[in-house]
Amino acid sequence: MKTDTIAAIATGLTDSGIGIIRISGSQAFSIIDKIFRNKSGSSINLKKSHTIQYGFIFNEDEKMDEVLVSIMKEPHSYTAEDTVEINCHGGILMMRRILETVIKAGARIADPGEFTKRAFLNGRIDLSQAEAVIDVINSKSDLALKSSVSQLGGSISRKIKKLREEILYETAYIESALDDPEHISLDGYGDKLAVKITDMIDQLESMIDSADTGKIISEGIRTVIVGKPNAGKSSLMNVLLGEERSIVTEIAGTTRDTLEEQIRLGDISLLITDTAGIRNTNDIVEQIGVSRAKGAAEGADLVIYVIDSSLPLDENDSEIMNMIQNKKTIILLNKSDLDTVVDGDEITKITGKKVISVSAKEETGLEELKSEIKAMFYGGNIDFNDQVMITNMRHKEALEESLESLKLVMNSIEQRLPEDFYSIDLINAYAALGTIIGESVEDDVINEIFSRFCTGK
Amino acid sequence: MTVLEENYDIVVVGAGHAGCEAALACARLGLETIVFTVSVDSIALMPCNPNVGGSSKGHLVRELDALGGEMGKNIDKTFIQSKMLNESKGPAVHSLRAQADKQEYSREMRKTLENTDRLTIRQAEVSEIVTDKDESGKERIIGVKTVSGAFYHAKAVVLATGTYLNARCIFGDVSNYTGPNGLQAANHLTDSLRAHGIQMFRFKTGTPARVDKRSLDFSKMEEQLGDEKIVPFSFSTDPESVRKPQVSCWLTYTNEKTHEIIRKNLDRSPLFSGAIEGTGPRYCPSIEDKVVKFPDKERHQIFVEPEGLYTNEMYLAGMSSSLPEDVQHAMYKTVPGLENVKIVRNAYAIEYDCINSLQLKPTLEFKKISGLFSGGQFNGSSGYEEAAVQGFMAGVNAAMKVMNRDSFVLDRSQAYIGVLIDDLVTKENHEPYRMMTSRAEYRLLLRQDNADLRLRKIGYEIGLVSEDEYQKTIIKETEIEKEILRLEHTTVGVNHQVQEFLQEHKSTPLKSGVTLAELIRRPELDYFMLTQLDSERPRLSCEIAEQVNINIKYDGYIKRQKQQVEQFKKLEKRKLDADFDYNKIKGLRIEAIQKLNRYKPASIGQASRISGVSPADISVLLVYFEKLNSEERNVNSHG
Repeated sequence: MKTDTIAAIATGLTDSGIGIIRISGSQAFSIIDKIFRNKSGSSINLKKSHTIQYGFIFNEDEKMDEVLVSIMKEPHSYTAEDTVEINCHGGILMMRRILETVIKAGARIADPGEFTKRAFLNGRIDLSQAEAVIDVINSKSDLALKSSVSQLGGSISRKIKKLREEILYETAYIESALDDPEHISLDGYGDKLAVKITDMIDQLESMIDSADTGKIISEGIRTVIVGKPNAGKSSLMNVLLGEERSIVTEIAGTTRDTLEEQIRLGDISLLITDTAGIRNTNDIVEQIGVSRAKGAAEGADLVIYVIDSSLPLDENDSEIMNMIQNKKTIILLNKSDLDTVVDGDEITKITGKKVISVSAKEETGLEELKSEIKAMFYGGNIDFNDQVMITNMRHKEALEESLESLKLVMNSIEQRLPEDFYSIDLINAYAALGTIIGESVEDDVINEIFSRFCTGK
Repeated sequence: MTVLEENYDIVVVGAGHAGCEAALACARLGLETIVFTVSVDSIALMPCNPNVGGSSKGHLVRELDALGGEMGKNIDKTFIQSKMLNESKGPAVHSLRAQADKQEYSREMRKTLENTDRLTIRQAEVSEIVTDKDESGKERIIGVKTVSGAFYHAKAVVLATGTYLNARCIFGDVSNYTGPNGLQAANHLTDSLRAHGIQMFRFKTGTPARVDKRSLDFSKMEEQLGDEKIVPFSFSTDPESVRKPQVSCWLTYTNEKTHEIIRKNLDRSPLFSGAIEGTGPRYCPSIEDKVVKFPDKERHQIFVEPEGLYTNEMYLAGMSSSLPEDVQHAMYKTVPGLENVKIVRNAYAIEYDCINSLQLKPTLEFKKISGLFSGGQFNGSSGYEEAAVQGFMAGVNAAMKVMNRDSFVLDRSQAYIGVLIDDLVTKENHEPYRMMTSRAEYRLLLRQDNADLRLRKIGYEIGLVSEDEYQKTIIKETEIEKEILRLEHTTVGVNHQVQEFLQEHKSTPLKSGVTLAELIRRPELDYFMLTQLDSERPRLSCEIAEQVNINIKYDGYIKRQKQQVEQFKKLEKRKLDADFDYNKIKGLRIEAIQKLNRYKPASIGQASRISGVSPADISVLLVYFEKLNSEERNVNSHG
């Protein structure tokens, strides 16, 4: 079966410094030919299967990275399709840029679990493994969906929704005129539409620019620091911030008032939220802060629960422990520099969570915290940060597709093509944007026609 | 008690637009067929608008004709005005519409039915379907009973009851338990269907008043003429035969006064008082609906259309209503040209029973009851054309079943008919379904001008298109291909004549030689304009020239859609068993299992269009059935 060509980063984020980008499908070799150059200059297709070529990846004329490229011809590969693996220098930025170059050359980003699915459908995976394959597809899709929707910044999502509404309106206008030409006229419509499309193109281009600087989604593990007032949450945050001095950005435009900072701890990127202390209170202002803190903890990927180890536990602590039951949590016993009255082992017993002693003041225990986070998020099969990055790339791909479609609309208007051609590309743009916020097209156009335009006899 | 008993291959219930096509198709395929109607005088009745076709509906009629249906031929014989809509737009949305002489239309169709071999017409109300169990324990149809108790045995039954089931006509506080136009309703069949476990819906639609032409002042309206060059609906109709004098329609508008009267009397409308419970169509709103929903619109159009040459009655398109009689009078009189209007028949709304069409397979056979098929408004659609194509498809599939031949399904990439039926059997439908061009995702390929090229062959293989007609299409196809090839390979050089021609048409002069096809693709040029540069052009009919022009000019878009179709077909080819239990598949989400078990899609493609089934679920289905198929292959090869 002839299929399109897919690509993805095959390795997780590791310390090894080498990353692999896998490309599979009938166009794999012609795609690599476009972006890979070596000394001999001959086509990859001419090379033998299961050989490795040394050379460079180019983005047009810019030399990007020194790489090794392995070639596997169908059916002798994991997917049983023509496959190329680019061994490049690890590091999130380089791998991502190379993957983007591959996409630009004609591949598309693989769906969750798609390599495995293809391997199975092409008979490379034993039939008895079907259920395992289904599990892979499901778990990867769940994660992709989760990161896709939850990682999307509020302002970007609003912008996309608004753009989609505008596109839908114009499409429905054209379609209602086609459906009922005696009621709705399209005289002079092309010129009006051109103005609107130009504006939409500007908006999309600026979104794509910001996608390059990583703002489109907040890359990182959503981390919330919780604890009773005065447990040392803010000082911990300051230590974490101070240590790396690499505050990337203060994310603007989020709907919450809580402070969000992006922090890199070595390889790990955290999107960290400091919250109001949690305790039962009658003070209204404080109550709001507390309920916000609870809300933030609910949406987090990781909760860091700070306990003042110099004070005994009380009912506020049990409430917090209740709240974090089903969350990935690390418990920090702060103020280990003072006399401690809280027993770490006891807390592990109650909560089943990892407990680390730290002193924000003396900056001890932070290394242990880092390696624990790493183990939690990179230990399993699925690499969270990878997934977030892929989501970001998917979004960018969708934005670009949408931009391309709108440019085609402009082109059709300039060429004075009939109006029904506009709506074909408009609806493509609409569909592409929908993939970012997890919405499909379905009967949107028809519903819009009926709700906006008085048509029909 | 002794009752009448007779045997037929096929029973068709209803002789409206769906029933006629179903009955004709079955009888023409050689099966003994009986068609029931509550009134022989109302065969192929047009109880609402006096026209056939229109945007996307015209496509349906042409497709039906290409397959061997009757509607196109019948309207070609009986139209009194013809118009190609959307001529200034792209070829995909050109749509033919003809005003019909209602009585002639009905009479001609009746004549055709009466003179078709093996076709029996019977005036009687069918009150029951009769079933038994086949060898595997599945329910199957064995015939129908009429109110008198007569039993008609049949191998397959097609239900096409239109708007007659438990019909009720309403205006103001007047409500009559009749079918459209005061005809007898069918008040028993619904109970029998329910008793067989069929889920029923209640839908509503409406029609405007008919008025006396002599009471209208046409000087206050805009005249709407027919086209000078008339294109027939049917590919079999000789274009010369449709040249005849045409009658005009007239355009006028409502105004603020009209709307004020409507607003003041809303409380007397059965729609707003709750007396009407059925769900009405959004695209065909009553005038009171329009006024309420679009309060900012200062006026609404009214097309005044003749009902036929035989009568002075005129149809007020755009003014359907269920307001009380006195309000109807008052509001019509505010419209320019209608100041002295005399109403012949009141506007009314009609409520009727129909089925939830999700109970049908893409063949229009009930999933639950083998041999029972249905088409038309009974399936929850609206419109004569939508009804006719479904009747045809249901009839052909009933016949195929009786003859033990392969079933006949058109997919979304083959025809508007495919889109219509796929929508009906795949999507939740809560209002009378109407065809629209925006529903067809591959509409550049599904044009009305190429319906014969798309579907003639299929009609021929079914046995409803003659050898002659089929050969005509093959020749046409070859000539189109030959001419396109010639244009792609004929180069024009840079010479004085060419440059002058280009300048004259505001087209960039040539720098080097180009093919004729490349010139045709320029936005400002087309095939027809290039005649003078093309000395070797063969003499071709205008239909062929049109195909050549469209195919070259929109080549880029057409290719793109063809690629999309290729992707689409991959999933469509993966068939699913209608009895499969999706609980067996671990890994599907619960919502997907529920939806799949409810809909029992016929293919993975259809499953992918069910709302609530995600792409990941589709991957799971692919993997699961791949495993199942391979295991079966292994068993077979070892056995």
